[in-house]
Amino acid sequence: MSTPAVKTAAGYLAGLLFGLGLAISGMTDPARVLGFLDIAGAWDPTLMFVLGAAVGTTFVGYRLVFARGTPLFSAKFQLPTKQELDAKLLGGAALFGVGWGLSGYCPGPAIASIGGLTLPLLALLAAMVLGWFIAQRIAR
Amino acid sequence: MDWIASLHGLVGGVLIGLSAVWLMGALGRIAGISGIIGGLITQRPKGDSAWRVAFLAGLISGPLLVMAVGGGLGNVAGVPSAVIGEPAGGVPLMLLAGLLVGIGTGLGSGCTSGHGVCGLARLAPRSMAATGTFLVAAIATVYVVRHVIGGGV
Repeated sequence: MSTPAVKTAAGYLAGLLFGLGLAISGMTDPARVLGFLDIAGAWDPTLMFVLGAAVGTTFVGYRLVFARGTPLFSAKFQLPTKQELDAKLLGGAALFGVGWGLSGYCPGPAIASIGGLTLPLLALLAAMVLGWFIAQRIAR
Repeated sequence: MDWIASLHGLVGGVLIGLSAVWLMGALGRIAGISGIIGGLITQRPKGDSAWRVAFLAGLISGPLLVMAVGGGLGNVAGVPSAVIGEPAGGVPLMLLAGLLVGIGTGLGSGCTSGHGVCGLARLAPRSMAATGTFLVAAIATVYVVRHVIGGGV
């Protein structure tokens, strides 16, 4: 039942739902995101509705899913086990926040926007991938 | 307030939540973009890459599908017919921002989806701390860029 093809199809469906959600909510528009972050300007509440609905849906859905005991096509749930609030977590989150605030792009919307690729977006994606490699080096 | 835009936000948010629930229920994984895609690119995990590639393909095809369907399903500010908005700056700014987003989500083990959606839904203390931190940093950054340097533009 849990053949590689089934897992791959399940992964595609998850990505598709995510991409549809980002597109319909307008999170593929950096102006919407920056409008939310600009609390001193013409504030755009859209992102608050997106995050609220996503967290609410996930909160309820996770409980139903965890109650089953195991995933459908995998042996077990793979959840983060770390507990400590260390400098890597908070420093990383702060750096990410600055990049997010400068561009209005977090990784999901940036990648989901590839269908409307522009040179600045390509630059952001390339630099983001480089950043992932650098983080891996630092963390090692 | 723009109620149509907010409704789009709610519907899209539910879809993102359903994606996270499905990925956990089907494969037992957190729907964190930086973890899924970043892990795919930097680690090429053997036997654990195919679903990530498929997720990436799905993520990109979602907005393309919305464009193909048409009918104003997108929610770009001020352009009802558009699905994908324009970047807010040029190449140099995006290079800097991308580097910070990559290093930051790499070190911080997650982004808006992994910490902000999945982590908050799990009531995980690390994700709450991370989400609070990147939200404050992003709000402060926009404030400085728009209201200190940019003079309220």
